[in-house]
Amino acid sequence: MSNTFTVKDMNLWYGDFHALKDVSLDIPGGQITALIGPSGCGKSTFLRSLNRMNDLVQGCRITGDIRLCGEDIYGGMDVNLLRKRVGMVFQKPNPFPMSVYDNIAYGPRTHGIRKRAQLDEIVERSLRDAAIWDEVKDRLNRSALGLSGGQQQRLCIARALAAQPEVILMDEPTSALDPISTGRIEDLALDLKNDYTIVMVTHNMQQAARISDRTVFFLLGEVIESGETEQIFSLPKDSRTEAYVTGRFG
Amino acid sequence: MRSWKRWHRDARRHPLSALVSLITHLAALCTVLILGFLVAYILINGIPNLKPALFSLTYTSENQSMLPAILNTCTMTLLSLLLAVPVGVGASIYLTEYAPRGSRLVALVRLTTETLSGIPSIVYGLFGMLLFGNALHLGYSMLSGALTLAIMILPLIMRTTEEALCSVPDMYREGSFGLGAGRLRTTLCVVLPAAVPGILSGVILGVGRIVGETAALMYTSGTVEKIAGLMDSGITLSVHMYRQASEGLYTEQAYATAVVLLALVLMINLLASRLAGKITKGRQA
Ligand SMILES: Nc1ncnc2c1ncn2[C@@H]1O[C@H](COP(=O)(O)OP(=O)(O)O)[C@@H](O)[C@H]1O
Ligand SMILES: [Mg+2]
Repeated sequence: MSNTFTVKDMNLWYGDFHALKDVSLDIPGGQITALIGPSGCGKSTFLRSLNRMNDLVQGCRITGDIRLCGEDIYGGMDVNLLRKRVGMVFQKPNPFPMSVYDNIAYGPRTHGIRKRAQLDEIVERSLRDAAIWDEVKDRLNRSALGLSGGQQQRLCIARALAAQPEVILMDEPTSALDPISTGRIEDLALDLKNDYTIVMVTHNMQQAARISDRTVFFLLGEVIESGETEQIFSLPKDSRTEAYVTGRFG
Repeated sequence: MRSWKRWHRDARRHPLSALVSLITHLAALCTVLILGFLVAYILINGIPNLKPALFSLTYTSENQSMLPAILNTCTMTLLSLLLAVPVGVGASIYLTEYAPRGSRLVALVRLTTETLSGIPSIVYGLFGMLLFGNALHLGYSMLSGALTLAIMILPLIMRTTEEALCSVPDMYREGSFGLGAGRLRTTLCVVLPAAVPGILSGVILGVGRIVGETAALMYTSGTVEKIAGLMDSGITLSVHMYRQASEGLYTEQAYATAVVLLALVLMINLLASRLAGKITKGRQA
């Protein structure tokens, strides 16, 4: 499987604070890559570099090389097009204060799709793919804020799918949810990896072990170890990884 | 009765907090009473003086018709809002969404708007007369008046709009950027609609100031008791009432005018909150 992202010697600063140090990493396509590590170690920062969300942070500076399918994303790539190709799901469900339909149609409309029939089709397909169609099909024109937290998060996944991305970044997508909703989102992620590359930050070790193909362990802004999930959890090469996955620190 | 007993018991246990609670209740009661008294006083004195003749098309010194003033007030309100709202909302959008946070320009503009909002309205009137009336040769006209009022309410519109925009959670902006939307689309389609109720409340306050303004208008839009066009001088309801009251001959009619003024403000507020409800319908849960 070819690499979706290749990251080489990446460094990131927030002002004077050196948040990511010499990160080099390959993220293969069609798999789920889990980013784990204690909080504050730079997982979200790394994830947000992959679709240039850090551009919005004042005083944030990045060096190094990040390529999406061979293209340098920080070198002259249209950032809006990049974010269309690399969708994002956030920690806290953040549906817009508009109807369910308008939420899903937001991405396609942004990228120039105006025909009602085409939008209808995209909305239905995205909601089905995110396994929430049956729950919302009768209330497409009501506000998305009336849904439960778990439904809102699946709606956000559907909203990301509707923009027809190649990659989906998820930043602790289940940390605000109950166990049943969490299970649904995990099943959904497993389903989606056939068609999309998924990079997921998680603070939950069992989650990483359950659903990811590859795992990357971050500590204090550095990548300590990355590899097949099975290997990371059963035969970690680094003693710090072992300490973390067996729950001895962090 | 039971709550009274409970209050007694609590008062013995926490005398200080009971005292504070008493004072705040009294303060609240006072406010309501004063407002109630004011409205009742105006209604009692005004309603008997509301005669159909006061609503005839033309004003004469025998028949103090207020219809021209009512229509002029509506024109003035619309015109001032038309001038102030786009500029004010646009400026606030720039300050909150586009300008780099903590830039010198933003600080300067904030300082200026705060200073402007503290200036007495007669100063705006004088300024309007000198700039629009004399220098720009608009003379006494609705346009000079509206321009003056627009400048006067601009700081208010800007402050409320800025507050409304700032209170829109950043996660909406991130969600929109994350889908590949640019700043313009994010602002227009996500941030601005979410801020509409707050912006409208600023507009309502602005309308209140426009409708109630006298000092800034006397030397800009003037005191001609006729239905006025854009370039004509025309009196608004508040100025009309001020004139009646200060001339001393038309106190009864002044009370009648006060009733209409009250009704007008109430109507505009109701209309605006209806509008806000319409706009947010289907958006909020
Ligand atoms: N916008 C920011 N400005 C300054 N420092 C930040 C910012 N965002 C994150 N940081 C810092 O960068 C480090 C990594 O943060 P983050 O990537 O959010 O960690 P994680 O997601 O692994 O918990 C933390 O020490 C955090 O304080
Ligand atoms: Mg994080």
